[in-house]
Amino acid sequence: MTSAAAESTSETQPAEGHAGPHRDYIGAKLGMWIFVFTELILFGGLFVAYGMYRAMFPQDFHHASGELNVTLGVINTLVLLTSSLTIAMSITAIRLGKKVQAMALLSTTAVFGCVFLVNKFFEWKAKIHHGIFPGSPLLAQRHHGEALFFSLYYGMTGLHGLHVTVGVILMVIMLVFLARNKIRQDDFIKLENTGLYWHLVDVIWIFLLPLFYLAA
Amino acid sequence: MTSTTAHDAEQVHIVGYGTLIKVWGILVALTGALVALSASHSPNLALLGLLVITPTKASLVFFYFMHLKYESTALKYMVVAAITVLVIFVGLTFADYLYR
Repeated sequence: MTSAAAESTSETQPAEGHAGPHRDYIGAKLGMWIFVFTELILFGGLFVAYGMYRAMFPQDFHHASGELNVTLGVINTLVLLTSSLTIAMSITAIRLGKKVQAMALLSTTAVFGCVFLVNKFFEWKAKIHHGIFPGSPLLAQRHHGEALFFSLYYGMTGLHGLHVTVGVILMVIMLVFLARNKIRQDDFIKLENTGLYWHLVDVIWIFLLPLFYLAA
Repeated sequence: MTSTTAHDAEQVHIVGYGTLIKVWGILVALTGALVALSASHSPNLALLGLLVITPTKASLVFFYFMHLKYESTALKYMVVAAITVLVIFVGLTFADYLYR
């Protein structure tokens, strides 16, 4: 029994002489997945709100959606899909011990995140310039459903944009960790969890594209 | 035993660049198909795109980019449970709206 107890201790604690902190790879990943579930439920609620109002005002949603720039929406989709590829490749690179390649791929992902936000900025700017924003006098004169569509559009793409911004900040932090060898071939969970978060941001956009840009 | 070797058992599978690039190619192609269907002026085809292509794209991201395919059965069941809760939540709300 004593030997069994000693064995179980040696599995969970670093051996004497190894000063490294205790790490729980599965626990860390599971925690991130549970966070991903809460995000799915959060955006799920907003998708329900969208679905309800679209069922109530189908024509208004159809007209309002026609005013969004499909090309810009599709470009942003391609940007996010490619950024998901580069962050996944960055995780593969660090697991293969290729630090410089991992840093280059992660930097590319962060740049794609910024490109997405810049596109979004110009898209919102054009809409606001045309007097289309929640509570605007122009929308007050139009059909109720159209005003609802644009409120949902700003609310949902805004919340998504906030997630993209957080994602880019996380990537910069991960780049610092990579540079300081705090993320390395044998300890990459921080980068893997950042990847999980970024893919979630991508999945949410996958649903936002047909609901807003292609609904016409 | 070092902490490095303790990790090794849990890090069984590394998704290769080739697989990731292939999945990305499929995702881009599906996006093209989705846009084409929505431009077809047929509400049924557009709905098909929304209800079939979009969840397929999301599944590909979950299974390959998020590594779910290579995770434990327990984690897979957790994801199924979370998505089931979401489907019940959405389904009941729509049923309530449509049949009240």
